[in-house]
Formats: sequence, structure tokens, C-alpha cells
Amino acid sequence: MSVRIERRLEQPRWLGVAVPTGSIVLALLLTGAVLLLTGHDPVHAYHRLFNAAFVGKDALTQTIVSATPLAFTGLAAAAAFRMQLFNIGAEGQLYFGAIFAAAAGLYLHSWPSALLIAAMVVAGAFGGAAWAAIPGVLRAFCRTNEIITSLMLNYVAALILNYLIFDSLSYWRDTSTPEAKVFPQGKLLPDAANWPSWGIVHSGPGLVIPLGFGVAVLVAVGLWALYSRTRFGFEVQVLGDSWRAARYAGIRTRRKILAVMCLSGAIAGIGGASQDGDFRHLLDPRGLQQAGYGYAGIVIAALARYNPFAVVLISLLLGGLQNAGYALQGADFPSGLVGVMEGLILFCALGCELLRRYRVRVVRRAGPEPSVPATEPTS
Amino acid sequence: MNNGIVVVVAASGVLYGTPLLFAALGELLAERSGVLNLGVEGMMLVGAVMGFWTVQRVHGNSALVLTAAIFVAALAGAVIALIHAFLVVTLRANQIVSGLAVTIFAGAAGLSSYLGNDLNLADKPARHAFDNISPFGLEKLPLAGPILFGQPLLVYISWACVILIALYLSRTRPGLNVRAVGESPAAADAMGINVAGYRYAHTIVGGAFAGVGGACFSLSITPQWVDGLTQGAGWIAIALVIFAFWRPELCLVGAYFFGAFSALPFTLQARGVTIAPELFQALPYVATVVVLVIVSMGWTKRGLGAPAALGTPYVREEL
Repeated sequence: MSVRIERRLEQPRWLGVAVPTGSIVLALLLTGAVLLLTGHDPVHAYHRLFNAAFVGKDALTQTIVSATPLAFTGLAAAAAFRMQLFNIGAEGQLYFGAIFAAAAGLYLHSWPSALLIAAMVVAGAFGGAAWAAIPGVLRAFCRTNEIITSLMLNYVAALILNYLIFDSLSYWRDTSTPEAKVFPQGKLLPDAANWPSWGIVHSGPGLVIPLGFGVAVLVAVGLWALYSRTRFGFEVQVLGDSWRAARYAGIRTRRKILAVMCLSGAIAGIGGASQDGDFRHLLDPRGLQQAGYGYAGIVIAALARYNPFAVVLISLLLGGLQNAGYALQGADFPSGLVGVMEGLILFCALGCELLRRYRVRVVRRAGPEPSVPATEPTS
Repeated sequence: MNNGIVVVVAASGVLYGTPLLFAALGELLAERSGVLNLGVEGMMLVGAVMGFWTVQRVHGNSALVLTAAIFVAALAGAVIALIHAFLVVTLRANQIVSGLAVTIFAGAAGLSSYLGNDLNLADKPARHAFDNISPFGLEKLPLAGPILFGQPLLVYISWACVILIALYLSRTRPGLNVRAVGESPAAADAMGINVAGYRYAHTIVGGAFAGVGGACFSLSITPQWVDGLTQGAGWIAIALVIFAFWRPELCLVGAYFFGAFSALPFTLQARGVTIAPELFQALPYVATVVVLVIVSMGWTKRGLGAPAALGTPYVREEL
């Protein structure tokens, strides 16, 4: 008897749903095992987690607040990964979006609210795209691997963000009061720069949807349309499937790399603008860096298999987890559980992805096996 | 305090560079076998917390306890690396996503924090920590003495590791095999090298090195446990491997440079010079990007050592 892993010639549709669901269930079981091993009651912990994420008062609202930046960074990652362009710099691009959007919000304070918000979105997108253009240009013209450059630039962006607020008297820093000079923080944005939100459900736990989440859904629709309904999207898909085939077909790879990188950065940048306008109302380096939105976004994009709509759904799931993590912080709730769970969900999703692409068969030795050598190669 | 500022900065560069060096050596082993491991930060943190747990819980002779702690830290890092190896080698998962998943799973908001909290380790001073030792009174040497000697034991161990790994990769049969696996797994397979086995072994040993690197923080530099103790050292280690052109001896030089950059702002501050610390902290990352660009522009004759098959899974039937 031996176990063989062979490629599926066709992938049944039901697997596309069954595999992610199965991997989440498996991850929940594994996390339960971790909890049991360390002397916690898994049922109790899950109950509290679920309540804090989806059921309790304002839980769903807070979940959407946590999910909004994740949706943006998830979409940013999905946009680039579709083309096998591994932009893992959404983190830094989000910071730059936040810096530019905050600058727009502060500088154009006399504009009417709607225009100002639009300006913040544009500024955020520009900031993110500009930061993403660095690894984009390097990849397109110097053939420099974008994975490491975009990763390194995240840290540079974070340090620039810290510099603007903590170690300089920049335009973004509040210097109006003596306390603000001792405890550095960002300048408060004008009221006109506060993005609106809409209460959908007023009774019971309540549900308020911030503008940023709406924008994220719009971006998801736009991204889907771009990738499945336009020539540009088709060419990106071809490049993603086979670089060489695309070159032979005369697709301009350099332009496409730059365009997709900037698109990805712009989406992450709008996420930064939404952080300024929707939630924080000032440039807040600590808050932006705390959650690791960019990295979680990559995870979400991978779980969603780069489908924009699935990205939004899964960002709600992980947003719920993160929100529950904050809500239950301290007390008797095991710290770090949320990270452990997120990690396990990912491991399971990555592992089970194999089942979608390959089939695992247990074969008897007796059968004819032309492609498998009889003995394992030795080193 | 009568040492010149250069000596102080260089000495702290060696001290702060040592965890980077251990982690970078581990990453180098994994990358040389073709496995990109972005989970170093998580492995370092788990190594740090488990090493610290050992010194708090095990009673006995200080030297024995610290030895045990280093082994536990290495084991913890190796176990986390095993997850990564299983996902990317056996299950052929995307190495970038898997590495990031490892960092999320084990990192500052994950398993390391969970363990630190559950084992009740936070905010307590270490019961045992590595003391500075000066072999044969070498510290008395002018200039080099205070920089290189009078450091904790782990610093000297890291030198031995650099030499051993450099010899391993250039002078031994398995070392040459690893390089073959990293450059061209198909050719290595045809030579009869067990590609999956080599990749597993080097990723796991790499994780053990990362765990020891993390333990440098919790047992030597700042002997305590707080969440996110390593503060991004794992990412600098990944940068360092590239900066060092995938060569162990250059890792040593680079680690001390990067260590000095991260220590420099504090040293300057203590002397009343205020320069934005971000400037120095950003240097390792910017330097790495510059090195990557130079490498990829092809100005140098060969690609300066990036393993050709880095980041790609190897499946025998699919080429």
C-alpha cells in the first residue's frame, strides 16, 4: 500500500465550497485541542468568541469596523496575486494611503464634506499607488523580486509614519497644546473629513455600516468586473497562468506589472484613507501598525482564492475574530488565541487546497504504477 | 565609559547582531535548499518564550539550565518550522502565504503570546541569564577586546556556527547536495538526492536556529518575557540573508552592521545627540532593497548566490 498524490484533471465545483468550509471546521477542532491541552474549556471559549464577534450588543458593528481595513488589504493582495505578482506590501501602502489622505483632509479643510471625502479617497489611492510603484518599477525594469522589496518597504513606511508623528514637528502632528508636545499624536481632522455611516438595524444588537465598508464592496465589484469583463483583466489572467504564453501573445508585461502593482497599492491606500476618515480621524501610527492589516489581507486573499466577493465575506469572518480578540482582551480570556486560530485556519486552508488541485489515492503495490519508481531515491 | 563611542557602538552591534545572525543562518539554510521561510519572526518568538519558560521552571545548576533552555528554544523553533515544511514541501502550498501564516500563528498576537500568558511568564526577571564572559582575558586587547570579547557566551557560539555552516555548505557532500536542491531540484532528484528530505531537514534546522536567535533576546540581551519581544528582528534576518548574498560569513558582517544600526540611536541619545532613530532603523531595509536591485540588474557576473529554485515547490511529475 502507498499513498499517491495525483493532479486532478478537472475540479468539481462542489469542492470550491467544501474545501474552505472543511478547513475552517478542521481549524476550529484543532484550536479546541490547543485549548483543551492548556486547560481551557473550548466550548466556553468559542461561545464567548462567537458572542463577542457576531451576537452581542454592537458586536456586528464592531466586526464590520475590524473587517473594513482587512477587506481593502485583502482586495489589494487579490488584485496582485491574480497575476502571480506577490505584492506583500499592502501594509506599507495602507500607511501611505493614510498619510496622504490625512494630508488631504487637513489641507482642504474648507471644502464641502462630500468633495473632501472624495479628495481623501483619491489622495489615499494615490499615496498607496505611489508606494507600490517602487517595487513595481523595480520589478518591471530591473527584474527585482517584488516579494522582498515590498516586504522591506513596509518597515520603511512604518518608520516614516512614526517619524511624522513621534520624531518631528510635521504637518500631521498636533502641536497646538503643551500636552500634545509631550504626548505626540496626530492633528485632528476637520469634521467635514469624517466619513458618514448608516444605521441599518436599530433594534437588538444594532448594525451600523461605515462608508469605508461600502467603498470596499464597490471596489470588490469593480475588481471583479475589471478582471472578468475587460481585455485588461483577461491579459492579467493570462500573465498569471503563463508568463511565457503571455509574452508570445504580445502582451506588454512591463506595463501590466506596473499597472497591477499600482492598482493593488491604490486599493490598500484607500483602506488607509478609510482608517483616517471612518474610524481614527487623525494620523495614528500605533493604531495602524497594531493589527497587521496588510499581512492579514494576504491571508484573506489566499483563503478567498483571489475572488473579490469571497474576500469581502472572509474579511468579515477574520474581522469578527479580531474584534472578539480586542473585546475579550485581558480578563480570563487566553491572550493570543485569536492569532493561533487565524494561523490554524490558514494552515488548514493551505493544506486542504491540495485536495482541490490534487487527489490523494491509496494504491496497492500490486497495481501497475508506471510513473512511480519502485524504490525511494536515497541521498 | 572611557571607551570611545565607536567601540561602544561596535560592541552593541555585536550584541544586538547575534540574534539576527542566528536567525539569518537558519533562514540561509532553508533558502539554500529552496524554501523561503517568512515565518522567522514567529519561530524566534516561540523560541524566546520557551527558552524563558525553561529557565523559570527548571531548577538546578545555572549552566545546565541555560543549556537546556537553548535546546528547548531550538526545539520549539524546529517544531514551528516543521509546520511550514509540511505545508510547503509535502502539501506544496504557496511558500509566501505559508510563511506569513506561520508568523501570524506563532507571532506577537499568536502562540508566543498565548504561551507567555498561559505559562504565566510575563513581567518577571529571568532566574538565570547568560553573563558576559571574557575568554583568556582577551577583553584586555586594545580596540578589538572590548568589541568582540566580554560578550555573552551565545556570541562565541554563533561564531562557531558560522564556521561550521560555511564549511558544511562548501566542503561536505550533504552541503553540496543542499545547494543542488536549491539550484535545480530536478537535477538533484536525477542525481538521486532526496529533495523533499533535504528541504525538510534544512527548514527544520533553520527553525531551530531561529528559536535560538529568539532565546538570545529572552536569556541574554533583555532577560525577561514580554509579548513581541523580538520587535521585528525576524524580518531583518530575512533581509540580512539577501544582504549577505546567501553566504554565512557575510551574514556575520551584515548582522553586526544591522545590529549597530539598531543600537546606534540609543547610544547617541545617551550622549545627548538627538537624531531621529527612524533614520538608522530604516537603513537595514533600504540597504537590502539596494542590494537586491544591484543583484537583479545583472551587473555582477553570476546572480550572486540567490538559489535559483527559491520559493518554488518541486513536484517530480510536473516541470
